Amino acid sequence: MPSFRRKISISSVIVALALSACTPGQAEKPVASPGAEASGTVEFWHFFTDREATAIDTIVADFKAAHPKIDVVVKSGQDDTKMLQAIGAGQGPDVGLSYSTDSVGKLCASGAWLDLKPYIERDGVDLAKLPPTVRSYTEFKGRRCAMPFLADTYGFYFNKTLLAEAGITAPPKTLTELTDAAKKLTKRKPDGTIERAGFLPLFGFYEHSPSHLAPAVGARFLNDDGTSAIGSDPAWLELLRWQKELVDWYGFDKLEKFRASLGDEWSADNAFHKGQIAMMVDGEYRIAFLRDQAKDVKFGTAPLPVSDAHPDWYGGGYVTGNIVGVSKTAKNPEAAWELIRYLTTDTGTIVKLANLIKNVPSTIDALATPGELGNDPDFKVFLDIFAHPHTSTTPPSAVGPAYEEALATFLQKYQAGPGGDPSAGLKDVDKQIDQLVRLAG
Amino acid sequence: MLSFMAPVLLGLLVFLVYPLVASVYFSFTTFDLVNTPRWVGLRNWQHLLQDPNVRTATANTLWLVAVLVPARMLGALATGMLLARFKRGAGIYRTLFYLPALAPPVAATLAFVFLFKPGTGPVNTLLADIGIQGPLWFNSPEWAKPSLVLLGLWGIGDLMIIFLAALLDVPKEQYEAASLDGANAAHQFRYVTLPNIAPVLLFAAVTGVIQTLQYFTQAAVAASVASGQATTGGGISSTFGYPEGSTFTYPLWLYVVGFRYGALGYANALAVVLFVVAAAVTVVMLRRFRSFL
Repeated sequence: MPSFRRKISISSVIVALALSACTPGQAEKPVASPGAEASGTVEFWHFFTDREATAIDTIVADFKAAHPKIDVVVKSGQDDTKMLQAIGAGQGPDVGLSYSTDSVGKLCASGAWLDLKPYIERDGVDLAKLPPTVRSYTEFKGRRCAMPFLADTYGFYFNKTLLAEAGITAPPKTLTELTDAAKKLTKRKPDGTIERAGFLPLFGFYEHSPSHLAPAVGARFLNDDGTSAIGSDPAWLELLRWQKELVDWYGFDKLEKFRASLGDEWSADNAFHKGQIAMMVDGEYRIAFLRDQAKDVKFGTAPLPVSDAHPDWYGGGYVTGNIVGVSKTAKNPEAAWELIRYLTTDTGTIVKLANLIKNVPSTIDALATPGELGNDPDFKVFLDIFAHPHTSTTPPSAVGPAYEEALATFLQKYQAGPGGDPSAGLKDVDKQIDQLVRLAG
Repeated sequence: MLSFMAPVLLGLLVFLVYPLVASVYFSFTTFDLVNTPRWVGLRNWQHLLQDPNVRTATANTLWLVAVLVPARMLGALATGMLLARFKRGAGIYRTLFYLPALAPPVAATLAFVFLFKPGTGPVNTLLADIGIQGPLWFNSPEWAKPSLVLLGLWGIGDLMIIFLAALLDVPKEQYEAASLDGANAAHQFRYVTLPNIAPVLLFAAVTGVIQTLQYFTQAAVAASVASGQATTGGGISSTFGYPEGSTFTYPLWLYVVGFRYGALGYANALAVVLFVVAAAVTVVMLRRFRSFL
């Protein structure tokens, strides 16, 4: 009869085996020799739906015509969480498309997506053809697990009619000019409530997130070691001082009341479509929405206004993008890489896709020959922002968007409060982010 | 006997005991769904005690448990008692009051937030017509949780129908006997109705507390719609808690930490706490409920 201690040991082993049985293991397939032709079936998951999913189908059909030995099974409407769970369960797709560069850190650090370096080196793919910002948001700590699949670029939109009525001849180039224009363009009712806001400065309103405004002052989120740089970067103080001053000029309660009356960002009732706000920060995709849903609005696009101390930074904005990679559990990684190479490095394909989806092409060659998009003066502004040296992105992190959201949570409260020095609050944000980074391993 | 129960026991083992044990184990690890969990001892638990988001989320969730559960029970009981008195058209009224409970939570919340939208929603327009300036409802940190309670009250049909069945099941003779003894309506409710429907009240209280501890969908959708970004996908969790963290519940933080930030070990620690609290509350309620009657 086994002793009590032995019983415990056996039980522990059984429990440990049972627990580990449902946790994934490690396995990476060897890369084929140069010149080997890929074949077989590739399962491709993406998050697009409707019009954009049709565009993907068109491009995949082109790929299949050019690669008759590879069949592609496309599954649309798949989000990152579902993909990660499927990979964890050993059932992931061969190729996954993620909607956000926020996921790069997680996907690379966890190994959920394969390191593409061996494939890139074998096939001589020149990564210098990717703009530096794009290169930075598709790798994490030296592990290139993703390739860029088009980009979203954020700039400045203004209502030409309203600016002309207010006697403003050009969009603001600095934050002070933005404040002045916002005040001139704002209309109040007799009781002081806002009828029209020149610029709605609340963090969290539509695309007015800290990330999208950070390039205006060159604010940094993370240090090179992945810890938070927010509390130690004076640029954040500059942005917050400017934003809080404008919030207080409007009155926070009045702004919230006004915001509460506005339509949803993704509906035809978007406040910019309706002329309820005269200027805003948004992505290049807004052009298509405006032309479709607000044909009467005469709008213009421009780079993001910048710090008064650095007028030479004018021309830039914020950039992010979709990313694509090969799952760790891919059944056919060679064919998966072939599809990714086609989607992300073939200039003709990228240009065609960018024109179909109305996003910014993500390689330097495609950017130089953007097709119809380049003939559109409003869209051209975003192509220029994308290529500008002071355009920046949010860095990949092992905890995804945790640092952006920790800051946003603090700013929600700060902008509603009496103001003052936010330094202590920003240090707390640092602490929270660093602890989360440690928890994620 | 054991072989007769074996399928059920196996189901319990696989779908209840195993996940519970696994969750406790994962809470002592760092885990990202892809790699083998790595043992980190008490690190997740230590962080849990000092996490400011846990404090905010716990306070909001407990507020909802303390207000939403009793409000829904009282609302459902009052409606049930009212409907129990109807003789003509009872079926129509019962259907009308039950209907909102059939609406999917996401659709119901969407519709509710638009109804209460300040400035353009019909509720504030009606209030303005009678000279009352309506609050900002889901856009106000003070009013957001009470607005969620109103949403919960609108959808009391599920509880109401159970209470109604229990109320109709109370023997008429007991009311007649109480009436002959001189009991007024309040006495009849206290000494006849309540003891008869006590098991149903207990069921409603226990399931209500458990459901509210897991309050997720309505808080997530209401915050997203009220913030003006009714979107799905990448940025969804950036609107959680709007306005100013007032609708940020414990399960929302658990989801964000686990699936957005990839800290599944920590998320499991949060889940274990949620389970222990729910189990403890259930045990206390089961033991103490009768003494309140």
